[in-house]
Amino acid sequence: MSILVNKTTKLLVQGITGREGAFHTGQMIACGTQVVAGVTPGKGGTQDANGVPIFDTVQQAVAATGANASIIFVPPPFAADAMLEAFEAKLPLVVCITEGVPLHDMIKVYDRLLAYPDTKLVGPNCPGLITPGEAKLGIMPHRIFKKGNVGLISRSGTLTYELVAECSARGLGISTCVGIGGDPIVGLRFIDCLKLFEADPETEIVVMAGEIGGSDEETAAEYIKTMKTPVVAFISGRTAPPGKRMGHAGAIVSGNKGTAEAKVKALTEANVPVPLRMHEVIDEVEKKLKSLAKV
Amino acid sequence: MKIHEYQGKLLMERFNIPTTKGRVADTPDDAKRIAQEIGAKVAVKAQVHVGGRGKAGGIKIANTSEEAYEGAKAILGMDIKGLKVKKVLVEEAIEIATEYYLGMLFDRDEKKIIIMASAAGGMEIEEVAEATPEKIRKIWVEPSVGLTDFQIRQLIFEGGFDKKYAKEATVLLKNLYKLLVECDADMAEINPLAITTDGRMVAADAKITIDENALFRHSDLAGWRESEDGHEIEEEAARRGLTFVHLGGNIGIIGNGAGLVMTSLDVVNREGGKPANFLDIGGGAKADVVKNAIEVVLMEDGLKGIMINIFGGITRCDEVAKGILEATKDMTNLTVPVVVRLSGTAEEEGREILSTSDKFHPAASMQEAAQKVVALAGLK
Repeated sequence: MSILVNKTTKLLVQGITGREGAFHTGQMIACGTQVVAGVTPGKGGTQDANGVPIFDTVQQAVAATGANASIIFVPPPFAADAMLEAFEAKLPLVVCITEGVPLHDMIKVYDRLLAYPDTKLVGPNCPGLITPGEAKLGIMPHRIFKKGNVGLISRSGTLTYELVAECSARGLGISTCVGIGGDPIVGLRFIDCLKLFEADPETEIVVMAGEIGGSDEETAAEYIKTMKTPVVAFISGRTAPPGKRMGHAGAIVSGNKGTAEAKVKALTEANVPVPLRMHEVIDEVEKKLKSLAKV
Repeated sequence: MKIHEYQGKLLMERFNIPTTKGRVADTPDDAKRIAQEIGAKVAVKAQVHVGGRGKAGGIKIANTSEEAYEGAKAILGMDIKGLKVKKVLVEEAIEIATEYYLGMLFDRDEKKIIIMASAAGGMEIEEVAEATPEKIRKIWVEPSVGLTDFQIRQLIFEGGFDKKYAKEATVLLKNLYKLLVECDADMAEINPLAITTDGRMVAADAKITIDENALFRHSDLAGWRESEDGHEIEEEAARRGLTFVHLGGNIGIIGNGAGLVMTSLDVVNREGGKPANFLDIGGGAKADVVKNAIEVVLMEDGLKGIMINIFGGITRCDEVAKGILEATKDMTNLTVPVVVRLSGTAEEEGREILSTSDKFHPAASMQEAAQKVVALAGLK
């Protein structure tokens, strides 16, 4: 088991002929993902380098191939429209990799998303998600992943890889890894992923990597109090000065909102260890897994 | 992207929002000429991206154009909270009878635009919100509907505005919301929104920030882009297309991915160093980007060491290593220790390339890199 993506996921790639889209389509296929269709307006009827059929619209692609998930690689000016098109085709899962989607566009997209309760959006500005050995809807280097029972949720790409590499080095594998993205407005948040992991019998423990900005970590902490599955957290930006945007559009402490202290406090109160160092995060995971094994 | 008050007022004029008449000057002579044109008492105001300029002496009232010249001379070049004043706004000095507050910004929790109005203008709105929250009327704009008339009435009547000005305030609110949406602003704040002694409603200040991600559809505004704090190294980094934040410490930090760089800052801090900067070379960086990154970091004063922390996904460690060698080949000002951590895609090739030079100190992990750079910098 896993969450959101597995062997049965039939993926559609929006922006399949662009530089990023073309490269990552090859990478996703290389790790076993079923890529059934691509969409590039005006190139319908052709095929990509891997023989994936290309369509002009998402509706056409879904009707012809039965795609049940989409990944978006289109440039920022067109990303909002691409997301809306995927929602309208009633795809259950839409992943937007694009970084730099304008805020006012995203306000509208988020509002429309609420009209499609059966559609889940991951991102934008995210590395996507992977269930090792089954499917990858994203851009992460899949070779560093091992299959296992640690669920991973993160707001940052490279930080995720760092945690995964540390897990793999110690023989710990991942059930599913979700990069939820670094923007102020994203689809799935920590709490949504935690709920899915809680319901997944294969996931024995969850690692969440948060960062300064917003209050999603605090919201998640409230939910964690009700969870059976143990959670270990890491918070990035503990020493970042207020008012400075740390690369991610969403990583900023404004006024007294979004501070690392508030997040660490909320998580600690939910009995979640929040170690200062990366390798200590995995120490905690090992410790918790050992105590689970005893019971 | 923060824009200056004078730029905000230019935008407001474009959207028919009444503001104080004035123009920007970068020399005392210009200031004098503008004051002569206005032909009345003027205010000379420092244009810097930082609050509290009034207290710092950055605003002077001038009764004559001579005084405007003197005022501008005193303010231009002035240091306000570490920022040098390069421009002043010279505008009519208005006699204020009443001060209101009007603000529109993105509410991250609701994922909507929030609009706030209050009769308690002129002071810090955060302080009003803290002490007397009932004095602020808030509404949230439904994205699919837009700002409605009833919401405008709620803001004006329940926000405590004088009913005499309801009509002016209605038009102003509509125009400011139009500006917010059409200019892709994530904040537009007027504080104070003044009622003058001669009965006019005027935006006496203009605090507007534009969403950088939307600049592709605003070529006219893109030219206003400068470093948020007007910091010289940040401006140079921006010209070279790097995501760079000046922090002022002693250890230069270069990495790939915002989260990883932010974590690198945390680790260096914890080990006893003070990060000089935040620099994210992004995904898939090639040798020339790495070269630019090192050159920019070396512009920081008081540097005692550099830590390069790469976890290669799309980014290839051998490309980064080539960039490091290329950048430092003929560099004479590289006198501080450089610790390099390369993991992930093509890590072995990368380490191999770097081992051909004795200028660099390898590290196996982020933790080890931080400890090493702090020790080599003599900070521990």
